[in-house]
Amino acid sequence: MTSLGPTRSMQLAGCATHPIRFVDGDAPVDFVLANDAEVESIVADLPRYHSIALVFPKWADGRAYSQARLLRGRYRFAGEIRATGEVLVDMMPLLARTGFDAVALRADQSKEFAERALSFFSDGHYQGDLIEPQPRFRRSDTEGSE
Amino acid sequence: MYRYDDFDRHFVHQRAAQFRDQLERHLAGHLPDDDFRALRLQNGWYVQRHAPMARIAVPYGELSSRQLRALARIAREFDGRDGGPYEGRGGGFGHFTTRQNCQFNWIALPDAADVMDILADVDMHGIQTSGNCIRNITSDCFAGVAADEIVDPRPYCEILRQWSTLHPEFAFLPRKFKIAVSGAAEDRAATAWHDIGLVLKKNDAGEIGFEVRVGGGMGRTPIIGTVARDFLPWQEILVFIEAIVRVYNRYGRRDNLYKSRIKILVKAEGQKFVDAVEAEFANILARDLDGSAHLLTDAERDRIAACFELPQGVAPIVEAHDGAHANASKPAAYTRWLERNVHPHQLAGYRAVTLSLKRAGQPPGDASADQMDLAAELADRFSASELRVSHDQNLVLPWVRASELPALWQAAREAGFATPNIGYLTDMIACPGGDVCALANARSLPIAAAITERFDDLDELHDIGDIDLHISGCINSCGHHHSGHIGILGVDKDGQEWYQVSLGGADGSTLSGAATTGKVIGPSFAADEVPDVIEAVIDAYRAERADGDERFIATVRRVGIEPFKVAANAVRRATAVHA
Repeated sequence: MTSLGPTRSMQLAGCATHPIRFVDGDAPVDFVLANDAEVESIVADLPRYHSIALVFPKWADGRAYSQARLLRGRYRFAGEIRATGEVLVDMMPLLARTGFDAVALRADQSKEFAERALSFFSDGHYQGDLIEPQPRFRRSDTEGSE
Repeated sequence: MYRYDDFDRHFVHQRAAQFRDQLERHLAGHLPDDDFRALRLQNGWYVQRHAPMARIAVPYGELSSRQLRALARIAREFDGRDGGPYEGRGGGFGHFTTRQNCQFNWIALPDAADVMDILADVDMHGIQTSGNCIRNITSDCFAGVAADEIVDPRPYCEILRQWSTLHPEFAFLPRKFKIAVSGAAEDRAATAWHDIGLVLKKNDAGEIGFEVRVGGGMGRTPIIGTVARDFLPWQEILVFIEAIVRVYNRYGRRDNLYKSRIKILVKAEGQKFVDAVEAEFANILARDLDGSAHLLTDAERDRIAACFELPQGVAPIVEAHDGAHANASKPAAYTRWLERNVHPHQLAGYRAVTLSLKRAGQPPGDASADQMDLAAELADRFSASELRVSHDQNLVLPWVRASELPALWQAAREAGFATPNIGYLTDMIACPGGDVCALANARSLPIAAAITERFDDLDELHDIGDIDLHISGCINSCGHHHSGHIGILGVDKDGQEWYQVSLGGADGSTLSGAATTGKVIGPSFAADEVPDVIEAVIDAYRAERADGDERFIATVRRVGIEPFKVAANAVRRATAVHA
């Protein structure tokens, strides 16, 4: 497994595309963080991990989005954050925007649809996220931006 | 009104295209019901008792005549359309809700993507009108025109709308999440009853900030929101809300649907919850990558606020014509309409006018396609092409010249919008109930109709005075029965419809006093007893009221519910055995 280096999330921020890679459901991972576990409890261990799997026990359970957001945005985890469990193609935009960079799709899901799910909002979004931390009102395309 | 720019416009079209893709995959069998559900919900599409229900967002209740005509077109062309599966099922109507949205009950799901395209063409959508996400932001229907306004809430509502729209982290919360914003002395948005209730105020230095309440809500466990901050500088509002919603997303209960709203977390944790929010707020700003990016700037507020300057052609009129004053030459009906349906305005020479959607023969908040077109026409003629949807399920014309009130009254009468009952018993809130809603335990609309029919005498309504009657068909409380001066709740026992009546609830306003939950007056009543019960309660009020003008809610507060309970029990028939 490749180490991605400490500036990973900054690079991600400048990326126009969404570098999410597809992995198999049984691919090895350094650590699995349950979706009711505290991100704060593993902060000291983060430097040892190259990959962390977050879990969607049901696809409509959104706790792992906050976990990913904290791992990347607060604790600057630069390794792989993988979405596991019931991962559906329509979650792709949310996963990409909260800091995931790998997904193990549910077995019946299509990679083609997953790619397409990332294609709809070509102009970006209103609020900042882990792809583009600046909200629209701080980006240059807004007349009133500073 | 907020004016969409190219980004906004492109955004709703992209959302419509995304939804079309999802719908097509669903119809083609690639996206099973269970997986499609949350996706369609977040675009406003429920599957109801008989047919899908579409909930269209009217952000903070502001609507242009052009948008209302698009809603009329959807009612006409898609709601129970000819040749469709729901032909002849009573379609052709829109229903305006307490959350200032518009719902359709008889649109076939395969038409859903076409409907969203039509909406996108007029800068509308159904984004986050349902599902466990941050819902449409609601506000005062008189925002920007209210005479008692301290700060215009609309720019802040729009900023919140943009921030919450497709927020990637908060699309799958434990449960739905509702935010209301008020900026006037009178709270017309029931802010204390919301997951987050925001009240704009100014401090001694004249700076603008928010009182932030969190954890209000109705349903099975009615709770008034807790004040988390007395005065949060406006620049910090997005970050503070992000902190609240993140704490909720992480720690809100997901094991029990009935305990999953933020109010349960706030109630269980108390000050610990507020402390956790404050810690999260500090962490975002101090530790996060670009953590201060969502602090609002003057430039952004100014950019948004510029959209809410006076509409074209609207300017203060110094020498106001006295159309707003009754005189001998005007009929009594006009005077009554002035008293009830015409509201003070912050701009000299202007009034806000309520178009009543509460009239005999039509469910509260309903408007047919033709009626929506008529209301759009009135908006064009009298109100700078702008309307509002009110929390009380009426339409409002916000920019009416006082001199044009007589002409508007005539036109509104002809269109059936001039019932002078605003604030009266028949200006009731009611959910659609068991006639169409899959959640309901009982029907709301026949109860609403029976009460409207019983109290059809305007002199009598006038004598009864201001009173909030709220009817919900089930404990989900879409009809806000908890906060009604009189609340009616439909319940199901052994497959039959029964109605629980409560008294003394309040939205939280000058008239009603602080927000509070009504008290139930004994076992449920049978449907056909309800109009008699309401009449008995009203008669008891008239007997008990201290002087000629003590209002119903004040009398209930003063004497307690006992006299009303006795009066209500006296008219029991089918349920006499329970009493």
